[in-house]
Amino acid sequence: MEYWLPIIYMGIMGLALLIYVILDGYDLGVGLLVPLADEAEKDMMIASIGPFWDANETWIVLGIGVLLIAFPVAHGIILTSLYLPVTLMLMGLILRGVAFDLRVKAGDHRRGLWNKAFFGGSLIASVAQGWMLGAYITGLQSSTTSLLFSALIAMTLPALYLILGCGWLLMKTDGDLRNKAIGWARMAIWPMGLGLFMVSIATPMVSSSIAEKWFTLPNALYLMPIPMVCVFCYGVIVVALNKTSVLKQGYSWLIFACTVAICLMASLGLAYSIFPDIVIGGLTIWESAASVKSLQFTLVGVVITLPVILFYTFFVYRIFHGKATALSYE
Amino acid sequence: MDFDPFILARIQFATNISFHILFPAISIGLAWVLLFFRLRFTQTGDQAWEDAYLFWVKIFALTFAMGVVSGITMSFQFGTNWPGFMEKAGNVAGPLLGYEVLSAFFLEASFLGIMLFGKDRVSNRMHLISSFLVAFGTTLSAFWILSLNSWMQTPAGYHLEDGVVMVDSWMEVIFNPSFPYRFFHMLIACLLTSAFVIAGVSAWRALRNVDGPATWKVMKTGVMMAAVLAPIQILVGDFHGLNTLEHQPAKIAAMEAVWETEKGAPFTIFALPDDNTRSNRYAIEVPYAASFILTHDPMGEVKGLNEFEGEHPPVAIVFWSFRVMLAVGGLMLLVSWWAAWQLRNNKTPTKPLLYALSAMTFSGWVAVLAGWYVTEIGRQPWIVSGVLKVQDVVADHSSATVGGTLIGYILLYGFLLASYIGALLNLSRKPAASLSLTAVSAPQTTNKEA
Repeated sequence: MEYWLPIIYMGIMGLALLIYVILDGYDLGVGLLVPLADEAEKDMMIASIGPFWDANETWIVLGIGVLLIAFPVAHGIILTSLYLPVTLMLMGLILRGVAFDLRVKAGDHRRGLWNKAFFGGSLIASVAQGWMLGAYITGLQSSTTSLLFSALIAMTLPALYLILGCGWLLMKTDGDLRNKAIGWARMAIWPMGLGLFMVSIATPMVSSSIAEKWFTLPNALYLMPIPMVCVFCYGVIVVALNKTSVLKQGYSWLIFACTVAICLMASLGLAYSIFPDIVIGGLTIWESAASVKSLQFTLVGVVITLPVILFYTFFVYRIFHGKATALSYE
Repeated sequence: MDFDPFILARIQFATNISFHILFPAISIGLAWVLLFFRLRFTQTGDQAWEDAYLFWVKIFALTFAMGVVSGITMSFQFGTNWPGFMEKAGNVAGPLLGYEVLSAFFLEASFLGIMLFGKDRVSNRMHLISSFLVAFGTTLSAFWILSLNSWMQTPAGYHLEDGVVMVDSWMEVIFNPSFPYRFFHMLIACLLTSAFVIAGVSAWRALRNVDGPATWKVMKTGVMMAAVLAPIQILVGDFHGLNTLEHQPAKIAAMEAVWETEKGAPFTIFALPDDNTRSNRYAIEVPYAASFILTHDPMGEVKGLNEFEGEHPPVAIVFWSFRVMLAVGGLMLLVSWWAAWQLRNNKTPTKPLLYALSAMTFSGWVAVLAGWYVTEIGRQPWIVSGVLKVQDVVADHSSATVGGTLIGYILLYGFLLASYIGALLNLSRKPAASLSLTAVSAPQTTNKEA
């Protein structure tokens, strides 16, 4: 138990954070795209994420919650080192969460202000999350390399969110807005690709322990599917974006699905890179784990509730499936 | 100026949690009220109930969103500001917070989408179920959070190993001695807060003749809720006080500004408690009353602060917060009974009453904040009573870092609070029917940027 429980929890935490990146990723991405659209399109874009964003954000609370439940010591160390980006991210999430409502409820003369707040909050939150990820991968150091690397990921993650956002709009909207989304995706795909490429090269350079894990035989061979799937999916996105006939023939989900596959591969790669550390180069999952009794107690809840949560999340998405319609309380 | 980062960290946490609690304090009660509106409409088919729902669900959505985003801050702040708390008490705090997220947070957040925007996509039955699950989720969420907070006040069911809390019995942890009292006291506080918000906003609308039958129905719902709950709250508060006397006598001594242990302690109506001279200045006292209230015996013994020297909370702020809470509570009782008397048999209320109700719109906020300051500051210097001191768990940040982000939070929260109240006024000015057309855009404004 003492060996397996922390591993199970690391898996749950990874799953929660992966789901967070995908789900809140698309709605943050839509937030980043809002300034590019006209007012009616803004309404439609926000309508497309309206029923979901709240539950989407809950996944980061679960991810951080699992860190807190299972690895309380690491929770303290990581969040204390990430104090400033965490604070900025929270402020960004607060701003965009309320802007969502206030842009239609604070009065028409304030709408422009809240549109800007919605974009600004989404931008601050995604940049801050990128920075946090970068700082985390480099072991929470404050060396120049670490800062540069954090800055790099801070610029890459929003590009990934943009593609997720475009992929979402392709599925949920049509007409001009959909064509615009294809155009936006064509622009965002290059910085995203460059970013992912740079990150893949930089990660082993920044951390020698990670390099060793990836570039020794036979591990390198077993790991080949990860970069290969990424390159393949990236290629599919690029081709599809330039052959819009494909996207029009009922393959709207293609861009979104391929980006999700890239996220999945990236997180598998990351998990492999850092395991069994929780604070890279500082603390393993076993060293920072909570008591077995506490972990068991919570595991009961996780085993019961997580499938239920996934089930009703699916249920909600099914109720709102298809093209988005204007939001109405009626 | 050189500020102590420890004090700044405490102010920052207090700022965040004070801002956060404003919104659940409304939305927990409002969620149940909305379910009531929907059920009434389903039963009677009276359009006024549906109008009432359609107006208030918009305010609910905004309030809920404010609560969600300000609540996310809390889950991070334990780590960013109080890492020692997670290190030492993580075995209790982690699972309780975890159960909150798993059992309540996801439930309310997911079904909120259906409740708000799915009304035309699901059956009335499914919509009622979703509304119920949202209300149930908010209450369950309060259950877990208050369980953890109560455990920090009156820890039970654990032992220490090298200073780290280890759990012996989860039942004793969750249902620790102060939990039932605190849970019901807070739950009723939330219901009262929302009752005064809906009665106050409706009174304001009535004064401006904004709406028809829906406004009166809503006002009556709020007034009746308040009139029934206000006296119950006083009773529950009394039980809560007795429980505190048993488990946290230092807090009670600070609430009553009793310095020396005495039998037949007086209730101090007004005083300026002075931590330096360890005495009260300008005290106005009612003889035997504190002993009577706290022990239900005029000659009962109340322990004085001097028995806890060095380990008791700052006195003046706890003493005054407690009096603010009592005063607002008393006012709520008076106004709600006055209103209930006037509204009996569907009579039209007088203008003074409508003004009084509008003035009391946010009275619940004042009482809730004052009450929390009593219980939280009253726990000092401990973060977990008798186990762990706040001073020992704070993160090592510079005062510039904590102070800078604190200023950021204060500016942001000030702006958001003003915007929230502004939006409430903006929505309240309009008849429910004009609001119910579309949530996202009024057609005439779709193409112009403000």
